[in-house]
Amino acid sequence: MQHQTLSCCGGVRASSPPPLSFRWSKIKREGGRRLPRCARIAAHLELKPPPYSLSSLEPHMSRETLDYHWGRHHRAHVASLNNLIAGTDLDGMGLDEIVVASYNKGNPLPPFVHAAQVWNHDFFWQSIKPGGGGRPSGRLMELIERDFGSFDRMLEEFERAALTHFGSGWAWLVYTANRLDVGNAVNPCPSEKDNKLVVLKSPNAVNPIVWDYSPLLAIDVWEHAYYLDYENRRADYVSIFLEKLVSWEVVSDRLDVAIERAAERAREDETRRLEDDAEITHSEAVEMYLDSDADDSEAE
Amino acid sequence: MALRTLFSKKAFTTASGFRPIAAGDRCFLRQARGLTVAALPDLAYDYGALEPAISGEIMRLHHQKHHQAYVTNYNNALEQLETAMAKGDASAVVRLQSAIKFNGGGHINHSIFWKNLKPVNEGGGEPPHSTLGWAIDTDFCSLEALVQKMNAEGAALQGSGWWLALDKGSKKLSVETTANQDPLVSKGANLVPLLGIDVWEHAYYLQYKNVRPDYLKNIWKVINWKYASEVFDEETA
Repeated sequence: MQHQTLSCCGGVRASSPPPLSFRWSKIKREGGRRLPRCARIAAHLELKPPPYSLSSLEPHMSRETLDYHWGRHHRAHVASLNNLIAGTDLDGMGLDEIVVASYNKGNPLPPFVHAAQVWNHDFFWQSIKPGGGGRPSGRLMELIERDFGSFDRMLEEFERAALTHFGSGWAWLVYTANRLDVGNAVNPCPSEKDNKLVVLKSPNAVNPIVWDYSPLLAIDVWEHAYYLDYENRRADYVSIFLEKLVSWEVVSDRLDVAIERAAERAREDETRRLEDDAEITHSEAVEMYLDSDADDSEAE
Repeated sequence: MALRTLFSKKAFTTASGFRPIAAGDRCFLRQARGLTVAALPDLAYDYGALEPAISGEIMRLHHQKHHQAYVTNYNNALEQLETAMAKGDASAVVRLQSAIKFNGGGHINHSIFWKNLKPVNEGGGEPPHSTLGWAIDTDFCSLEALVQKMNAEGAALQGSGWWLALDKGSKKLSVETTANQDPLVSKGANLVPLLGIDVWEHAYYLQYKNVRPDYLKNIWKVINWKYASEVFDEETA
């Protein structure tokens, strides 16, 4: 069984970035050259159950919805993903890595929709709980107030994102670090204030980890998520979700993981920059020595 | 129908009292203060008349709630666009485009979709003959092959969206899918919609749940090929 528990608990793993190259398409193009059946690693991603019983979110989210949403939609994505990645390079990777790799920088490959939807739904079930709602506290509340002005303003923005999304997709609260996505560019005065909470929306299966954000909270606005309970009334679904279902404790834990991850990457950047500086300083010393030699010879 | 209600914002939020000026007009437009706004077209059959292929409950919600919302929001966006254009507010004009495309597209698509459906006892499901039938045989080998292709593309579509099209330029038929509520014309100015199947979840979920292939299999029993033939003949005349 593959371990993707950390990613499914909602934080992004604090580990090295996923490998950028993989041979999914190459394998397919070379006449579907897969490993022979006996040598094939069978993909073993499993359908994780929500951390509560399927009836316990009633009356806000019915047992019937959970039966279909988790029991059919989510389950089908797990099965499809396992089928598609069996015997390929994606087989054996963690779920986060599969999502980012198959996103293929915006030109998604066939496994992407299933990988991302497995990730998204694991994340979604963990984001809610029976008796949820209320208000966050501690560092999460501080950052919400810092970045949105107030908790209510953040809720408004989140609701607006969920309601104005055209078509199927997701609305998110994410933590974003101000990292420049260019090899040698460095934030000259990095500070904790560069890292922000942001609300955003994504179409279909797209997931903000592909943009290097740390998701904290998600709401599924595909119609299957609410149609049995709310029919076309997405607005009712979204407000009940925020008032009665959200687990702010989980969101808070994810924020702690995200902050730690951002701090670790900032430390890595700093170390790398110091190493680069040291290298430059060292080579300049050699240059000066050679220059002074040349000057002497010219003087003569 | 009071003309004065057209002048208030509230008039746009309810379907009742709205009647299209020209019932046969495809676009179901009406004039108000110089701004042509859209109106929810009536169905040519009762909500329950397409059962058991599509339930009356779905038809009612689909028409009265979803399509009405597209009409309402499209009209709102048009009003805001008119104001923005009058003020020369370019960024507002651009910002409104996605709402216009989504809601306007939704209105266009659904107006055609209702005409693509017909109760079985009024000819729904009867296969196409003569010109369109021959064109289908030429371009797809057989009606069965066309149905299979549309079902496969419809089932595979992630999210939402649609179509069977005629390319006016080449006079060939093709199967096209569009995302969300993008109208067919967004895929090519020459494409004429003959037949569309809504694969948004709201079109089938209450009855078929996650089993979209079953919905696609059954909807052919109530497809109105006569309408598709009429459009085809008109465009190829």
